[in-house]
Amino acid sequence: MQYLWAFIIGGGICLIGQLLFDVVKLTPAHTMSLLVVAGAVVDGIGWYEPLIKFAGAGATVPITSFGNSLVHGALTELQRDGWIGVITGIFEVTSAGISAAIIFSFLAALVVKPKG
Amino acid sequence: MPANEADRGKTISYKPLSMSAKEYKAFAKNREPARSVFRNCAIAFLVGGAICLIGQGVQDFFIAAFGMTERQAGNPTVAVMILISVILTCLGVYDKIAQWAGAGTAVPVTGFANSMCSAAIEHRSEGLVLGVGAQMFKLAGSVIVFGVVAAFVIGIIHWLLGIGGQ
Repeated sequence: MQYLWAFIIGGGICLIGQLLFDVVKLTPAHTMSLLVVAGAVVDGIGWYEPLIKFAGAGATVPITSFGNSLVHGALTELQRDGWIGVITGIFEVTSAGISAAIIFSFLAALVVKPKG
Repeated sequence: MPANEADRGKTISYKPLSMSAKEYKAFAKNREPARSVFRNCAIAFLVGGAICLIGQGVQDFFIAAFGMTERQAGNPTVAVMILISVILTCLGVYDKIAQWAGAGTAVPVTGFANSMCSAAIEHRSEGLVLGVGAQMFKLAGSVIVFGVVAAFVIGIIHWLLGIGGQ
């Protein structure tokens, strides 16, 4: 069942992205930024966690989860360490994704020749 | 605006080879709506959903194989999705799918990795520091900047309201 919801919710978020491309005529960079901020705001009001529980990877794989993780790290450390946690906690949860993307991309650039 | 089928044929048969820029523009415009918003959205939904489905499979694999909780499995899942995306980008496959799938491949985290990886590869010739290092975040940078600023603002709001974390 979770697979079905992962497909529907994940597809739905991509559909919103496509509408922002085609109907609102945003550039990809604007669309992605908007989705990240949207994910952050949704987590800020506490709705993203239930969505993850419900849709699994459908909520964690789209870029909106990046905003969610940033907020989540900040709020977790805010609770634990006080106000400084807002600064120190932001990359707490996201570091895996960003580190992986940097490392793999760097290694790829070392070995792969650009294609026309 | 879908062009009249009969009119289309006429435009081509009258001037197949020599078109002025203006004529070409009109000619191209007639053909552009072939990819309707509806079709784009359907493809984005299906491809995006399929990528999330793969993600769910990877996550369940981590949960089953290493006894992780759903929360612990999140990070390795994202890392695996990014690795897959980087490999497909290196093979030139991801960009081919992306041209067709639009937001379906751009919105998942794989699209984020794709933008970084292709920028890194593209600028390799400018050197490791000025090319790969400096240009890698050309597209991904805006996502990180706005994500971090938004997270900071939300964190401050929570702090001011005294909600703390959830």
